[in-house]
Amino acid sequence: MLEIKSLSVAYYEAEVLREVSLSIKSGEMLALVGPNGAGKSTLVRAVSGVIPVKSGQVRMNGVELHHLGTMQRARYLAVVPQARELPGAYTVYQTVLLGRTPYLGWLGNPGQKDHAFVRLALERTHTTQLAERRVSDLSGGEQQRVLLARALAQDAPILLLDEPTTHLDLQHQSNLLNLVSQLCQDRSLTVLMVLHDLNLAGLYADRVALMDLGRILAVGSPEEVLTADNLSSVYHVPVNVIPHPDYGTPLVLPDGHTFEISQPTF
Amino acid sequence: MKQIIRHPFLTTIVLLAVAVLLSVAIGPVFIPPATAARLLLAKLPGTSIAPSWPETYEAILLQIRLPHTALMALTGAALAGSGAAYQGLFRNPLADPYLIGVASGAGLGAVLALAIRWPGTLLGLYTVPASAFLGAAVTIAIVYSLARVGRAVPTTTLILAGVAFSSFATSLTSFLMLRSNTELRRALAWLLGGAIMNGWQPVWAMLPYVALGLGVLSLSGHALNVLQFGEEQAQQLGMPIERLKFWLVLAASLTTAAAVAFSGIIGFVGLIVPHVVRLTWGPDYRRLIPLSALGGGCALLLADLLARVVMAPQTLPVGIVTALAGAPFFLWVLRRSKTQAYW
Repeated sequence: MLEIKSLSVAYYEAEVLREVSLSIKSGEMLALVGPNGAGKSTLVRAVSGVIPVKSGQVRMNGVELHHLGTMQRARYLAVVPQARELPGAYTVYQTVLLGRTPYLGWLGNPGQKDHAFVRLALERTHTTQLAERRVSDLSGGEQQRVLLARALAQDAPILLLDEPTTHLDLQHQSNLLNLVSQLCQDRSLTVLMVLHDLNLAGLYADRVALMDLGRILAVGSPEEVLTADNLSSVYHVPVNVIPHPDYGTPLVLPDGHTFEISQPTF
Repeated sequence: MKQIIRHPFLTTIVLLAVAVLLSVAIGPVFIPPATAARLLLAKLPGTSIAPSWPETYEAILLQIRLPHTALMALTGAALAGSGAAYQGLFRNPLADPYLIGVASGAGLGAVLALAIRWPGTLLGLYTVPASAFLGAAVTIAIVYSLARVGRAVPTTTLILAGVAFSSFATSLTSFLMLRSNTELRRALAWLLGGAIMNGWQPVWAMLPYVALGLGVLSLSGHALNVLQFGEEQAQQLGMPIERLKFWLVLAASLTTAAAVAFSGIIGFVGLIVPHVVRLTWGPDYRRLIPLSALGGGCALLLADLLARVVMAPQTLPVGIVTALAGAPFFLWVLRRSKTQAYW
């Protein structure tokens, strides 16, 4: 159980995260949605400990993660960043092996066990055949899978994903989320992911948290959170929400006829 | 060729050994490399090789050529090893060992020492190199503390603070030189690699810094690999980056400072050698740093050899040769490389 309690983050005077509280069970996938600048990525960065936190706690099964050292924390929590600006000269295998960093010494000499974890992570993300290719020679979808493999090699119970599907096409979006969803169940991972695509959030997440202006406005099942009222008040455009014909999950449609009365949000 | 290149350490060590032999063999008096090798072996404990060479050879070799060769090899290793570390630390292919002000700090130190007219030696140390070393060390300390933002030292601020402070130190140096007599021109000529110190003393003075610095850098290869993914990802992978940056800057800067203090400012080796190594043997910093050090020693020995030979008996400043011969060589390696993404 990952518990985020009253987490606040401020850049200088401006509070960008205000008293955010969330808890996610193991084996559960929670999608974080909201407009640009809502503080979604900030929440991921704050939870992973790369930016200073003003107040609040992050606990995993009772362990306060922010009291741990960098290396200890990386054993609890793995992050899948967006596949942008990756160093292209390393091979896929080398890249995934760096996921073992929290278990290696300063010299980074991997042992049998580390190689076994890497092979398993490659297998699970269907990237085994790419192992000796350079990262720069891969497509965006393949690079994103490699980053997922690296996070799996980290063998951490918490998985944070920051907009993993943003640069992917339809096929790769569903492939990746199917994979994450399956891993979440098989490995009982605690998954927190930032998604821009509300329909993907509705389709894949167990629960959805809607953020705006550094606050969480609503948490619950996709049906409870992704309502026309909630979304149009946050995104400042009128939207329609209809049930998915097969699954009944909410499908969000922008309302084209009323675009001209929408307020710019920036 | 391909087969040899597969063993990077063997290749670089053999190349370095050849460069050392050539460097001790060639000069106003030519000593055949085989004789030089036998003479050097005879000096090792536990060997019994009967001397079959003129006695002058021994003096030339042991008191002139060998210390000079050792100084050049150490300098090249220091520059290329710390250049590779800086490129990794700043994730910038243009980074070289002088990027954050080691050279200008050393220059200011050297000129100050001469401007104040200290005695030539103090407590058994040569004042000018000692002062140059101090200048470089103080510069790095100032730049590092200026670049501090809260508890972190962002690399962008580090580069900017370094470049700005370098300009400041350089202008101060120029001002001091303008204000004073010709004596200071000697300091500049020396700093530009024009006059290299003789004898074993500079070698022994430099060795501990270079050995320690390159040792720390060579052991930090894995950390630098992780850092290539950016500081945020490196932290998320469990790397304590602020501590890492502190040790890397300290080790790389002291290594460079020691090299500059005794051999002057020699450009290009620290920039190009790491790239040649990277193009040939890939981006893994665990190998890249020690291989760059070996390659840098070899490259500077060859450049120094050219500098001594082309206009003999005059000796060119070695810095001119490193760029003049190094640039075409690097471009040749770059053209031959078949991969686009080697960085």
